[in-house]
Amino acid sequence: MSIRSLVRGGVFVAALMALPLLGFEHWVLNLMIFTLMYAAMSSAWNLVGGFAGYPSLGHAAFFGLGAYFVGLWFQHHAVVTGYEPFLVLPIAGLIAAVVGFPIAWIAMRTRADVFAIVTITLLFVAQTLAFNLDSLTGGAQGLAMPTPPFELARFEWPFYYAMLWILLASMGITYLSMRSKVGLSLDAIRADEDKALGVGVHVQGVKVLSFSISVALVAMAGGVWAYYETFTYPQFAFDPIITIGMVLMCFLGGRGTLWGPVIGAFILVPGQQYLAYRLGGSQFYLIAYAGVFLLIMLLMPRGILPTIADRVRRRRAIAASSEGPPPADASPPTAGPGSNVPVPSGGAA
Amino acid sequence: MTALLEIVGARKAFGGVRAVDDCSLTVEEGSITALIGPNGSGKTTLFNLITGYLKADGGEFRFRGRDVTGSDPGRLYRQGLTRTFQQARVFPHMTVTENLVVAGGYSWRDLLVPRVLGRDRSRADVLLEEFRMTHVAELPASELSYGQRKLLEFAAVLMSEPRLVLLDEPTAGVNPVMIDTMERHIRERHAAGVTFLVVEHDMQFVMRLCDPVVVLDNGKEIFSGPPSEVQQNPLVLDAYLGT
Repeated sequence: MSIRSLVRGGVFVAALMALPLLGFEHWVLNLMIFTLMYAAMSSAWNLVGGFAGYPSLGHAAFFGLGAYFVGLWFQHHAVVTGYEPFLVLPIAGLIAAVVGFPIAWIAMRTRADVFAIVTITLLFVAQTLAFNLDSLTGGAQGLAMPTPPFELARFEWPFYYAMLWILLASMGITYLSMRSKVGLSLDAIRADEDKALGVGVHVQGVKVLSFSISVALVAMAGGVWAYYETFTYPQFAFDPIITIGMVLMCFLGGRGTLWGPVIGAFILVPGQQYLAYRLGGSQFYLIAYAGVFLLIMLLMPRGILPTIADRVRRRRAIAASSEGPPPADASPPTAGPGSNVPVPSGGAA
Repeated sequence: MTALLEIVGARKAFGGVRAVDDCSLTVEEGSITALIGPNGSGKTTLFNLITGYLKADGGEFRFRGRDVTGSDPGRLYRQGLTRTFQQARVFPHMTVTENLVVAGGYSWRDLLVPRVLGRDRSRADVLLEEFRMTHVAELPASELSYGQRKLLEFAAVLMSEPRLVLLDEPTAGVNPVMIDTMERHIRERHAAGVTFLVVEHDMQFVMRLCDPVVVLDNGKEIFSGPPSEVQQNPLVLDAYLGT
């Protein structure tokens, strides 16, 4: 880990840890909770959609699964201190991972657009089940959670920190996988899966594992969300907008990078709220939202981070070639130019 | 010599087209066997059947005396059977070294260790030295020329110390100097004990390098023998020139 990435990570974590202490108003913290939630989920989605190259549109099914799990758990258990729902989050994650494993095993036999369609079907199946399994989920009536017994001045804090922990877990897992042979395998799978299979990469295992871990993180975010909202309805817990949000933020910031999904979420979530506020309660803001997104995709089709990293690298290459002697392209006997040529992998780390 | 790879009665049809039709073939241990035939004779399909990329409709495949019918490419790779592709398939965004390391055949337990360990790097360095690619070790593979990518793909499959390497048109689309380079590397590896099965259209290359030569036509083996005889065989001439 380089000093620079350590400092960058440290400042990021410290700033987010300290933010609630600065006495912001409730609406700011509310906005931050949703920003962190989407950052965490987009970062988790990135493991499958960005690194493995499997554009899942079904992740909201696992968001809803986590939400309903926490909702159902507290139909039978009491909330006393107010922190109990956070303690069951690991169970929600584990259940999502276990449910996600066989689903991924089958769905990941398809690729690209077909995989996207198969997974979005999963989302609608899950929503339909939530609507119709009345005796379990309460159907369209929804599930009520106990009201969190936190003091009003600091009401948002526990939710804020829970979302922050899930975000840090997502980023930590992403960082570790990028640095390990998991990341190497995922890179190979994304680039050319058939070739990867032919050189002995554990293709099926690695991609199914990354899906499982990804949906576990998303389910934990869903669990926190259910408690924060105190009401869970099928149409909001299994909302295609949630899936699309994760995907868009990851595309915007840069797929397959550590910081891309986080940057995407920090731009889009407040941006969406601002547009909704300016354009009123109608759905007009969604059109403006789409417009912003189209503009960025037009200018930076690979996302913000890879585009900037490319520009920096090109400028450095130009600077390097205008200074010293031009790098030899034959085969120099010494260390050669390879040692100082920037490599794209980990460029955003 | 013993048979390293034996195929008995392999069949594969695509709709009504019998691409490989009751084909039997043996690759002897320590040989450089050529597989030639006119376009559409089933060479590529047979390659895909041998390496597990396609499932055969029928027939038996034995590698190192074991039945490997229906094995997937990864499993065959770990048993020592590997291939290169006609279009030089490498991973463009990974560095040359990473392209070698990813093919190094690591196990489940190794998944959490760093991308490129010290021992991975030293193994890769030996191969890069052999292929004279040390100076591009840290470049992304996308920056290599087509010929260099072919060399890289070849070097990468050697990371697993294979027993049998299938080369799909190793000289297609590369310049004459690179063809000589490729030939030299095949000979060096052959001397080190690797067996080859080569699909190739460059007949001079085949005649110089390979023995025996197997000729395929309409999905069947029609000839197998030394290169000196293949040019005189009436069946082969008929297949290539038609009547």
